[in-house]
Amino acid sequence: MNFIQAFKMAIKSILSNKLRSLLTMLGIIIGVTAVIALVALGQGATKSVTEQVESLGTNLLTVNIVGRGTTSTMKAEEAVAIGDTVDGIRYVAPFNSQNSSVKFGTTSVNVSVVGTNADYALVKDYKVSSGRFLAQIDLDVYQKVAVIGSSTATELFGFSSPIGEYVLIQGTRYKVVGVLEEKGSSTTGSNDEVVMIPETSAERLFKSKGVRTIYVQVETTDKIDSVVAGLENVLSDHFRGNTNSYRVFNQSDALSTLTSVSDTLTLALAGIAGISLLVGGIGIMNIMLVSVTERTREIGIRKAIGAKKRDILIQFLIEAMVLSGLGGLLGIGIGVGAAQGASSAFDMDIVFSANVIGVAFFFSVAIGVLFGMFPANKAAKLKPIEALRFE
Amino acid sequence: MAAESLIIAAEPLIRIQQLSKQYKMGGETLKALDEVSLVVNKGDFIAIIGPSGSGKSTLMNVIGCLDAPTSGQYWLDGEEISRLKENKLAEIRNRKIGFIFQGFNLLSRLTAIENVELPLIYRGVPSKLRREHALEALRKVGLEERIHHRPVELSGGQQQRVAIARALAGNPPILLADEPTGALDTRTGKEVMGFIKELNGLGHTIVLITHDPVISEQAKRVVRIMDGKLNEEAGGRNELHTGV
Repeated sequence: MNFIQAFKMAIKSILSNKLRSLLTMLGIIIGVTAVIALVALGQGATKSVTEQVESLGTNLLTVNIVGRGTTSTMKAEEAVAIGDTVDGIRYVAPFNSQNSSVKFGTTSVNVSVVGTNADYALVKDYKVSSGRFLAQIDLDVYQKVAVIGSSTATELFGFSSPIGEYVLIQGTRYKVVGVLEEKGSSTTGSNDEVVMIPETSAERLFKSKGVRTIYVQVETTDKIDSVVAGLENVLSDHFRGNTNSYRVFNQSDALSTLTSVSDTLTLALAGIAGISLLVGGIGIMNIMLVSVTERTREIGIRKAIGAKKRDILIQFLIEAMVLSGLGGLLGIGIGVGAAQGASSAFDMDIVFSANVIGVAFFFSVAIGVLFGMFPANKAAKLKPIEALRFE
Repeated sequence: MAAESLIIAAEPLIRIQQLSKQYKMGGETLKALDEVSLVVNKGDFIAIIGPSGSGKSTLMNVIGCLDAPTSGQYWLDGEEISRLKENKLAEIRNRKIGFIFQGFNLLSRLTAIENVELPLIYRGVPSKLRREHALEALRKVGLEERIHHRPVELSGGQQQRVAIARALAGNPPILLADEPTGALDTRTGKEVMGFIKELNGLGHTIVLITHDPVISEQAKRVVRIMDGKLNEEAGGRNELHTGV
């Protein structure tokens, strides 16, 4: 007897008892549905968090200068020069910021004033909606120009164009040359309530020398480690071997922490799913045992006309497998539907992975084989004369 | 006489020698079959008759390879099978014996043709050929119009004819009928018996087990079983021990 034949027989016997088959499959269906839906939602959440972190730039490194002794900063030119000494760096932006009041006419707002260079827009993914961004020449000649964030622009200027207007920052006049596009908030606060001025001008304004923070954008993600090592070398040289004077912070470290959290979550989900599949499997075993008893006479007839032990074993095993496999398929369908329903109802991100679906299906079939083995073996071992006599 | 001696010279289909079957029941040993010997030749129509408890069913189970004897020899179609393993017995049942049961024993979930195909499935016959054989068998019993009916949609006589078709489908050398008319009314019983006789006429060897003398009268040979011992009745050809 071949498998196709056994498969047909299994389908026939499952269809002949639809309600019972459905109830038997229910455990597997619920288990697989839970796996598919929860994993899709979990992976969706992970993806959206990862995307947020990545929007900050996974190839973004932050160098914090703590300094040694009285030198707690690094000269901006030196910082920018690192970009040429270390291989694999795309942009370097020195960063100097202070909260300060910015005034236009009689309106005044308190925003963070950032002193930086032209690369900052590229590193932080800022785009200019009108006017221009800071340029290297502004730094070289200590220009008093400012680029303002979209919120700040609206607060100070309303709907009129701020380009060419002058704002007062701590009493000094700065010409507004550009307005940034709206960027939204991140974990570090609003990105739109900001005023950017050339780093050299900022040093004068804040009456401080050098920078404490340097943003470094690496060319590609896989060069991060080598760039981190290069930066640490240069900084170590600069601070004469005092490794406590600086800290290189890696965004991908934060990402890997997040990933490990979501991995743990996925593992916990898999555990729950495993338990429900186990319960489903026991349900299948239970019904298969009942079915074997009910069909003792059928088994006897089949054996009398020439079915071997193996034929009966395969028949019942495949029946259990088809039951659980069908349950798995239904579970996958319902799970996908449920996840999509949840995502549209609660506006959540979902991600379906073929891997998870494949594993869920494989597992449900395997459960069928595992828990079908005992009933199938019981059926195969029946003696034909006793089975025929069974009423 | 020449024809007769030819049959005797050929290896008989069934040759049972000093066959015993014992059951242990509550410490007591029950001899269901006591050193039974029997020869059935090709083309025979033999009825085994006996009251219940006579060992009739045990003999049928042994002849049908459903049960193994305690001692003795059983040669079926030139093969000693009394010591064979379960799987091998299943194969022999499939190839050598067509069962016709009292209660028809059709699978209620399958249609007539699917029931008839069943022994061929277990023999590993490819589906197209299987279909042909099954159709042919159903045609023989005159049910080619009802091949897609389930047993519940058929009358008792029709069900038994499906069962006979199933027994015929594999073209086994022996048809083993266990009270084939037991579950039928007299008229359909007669029909079925007529049919079995007809099959014998076509060359099928038939072993019929019954408790009803009227039924057994239609056989060429009648063997009476009583307390596990066989006794050939007059009227049949007296060859119970010939050729042994």
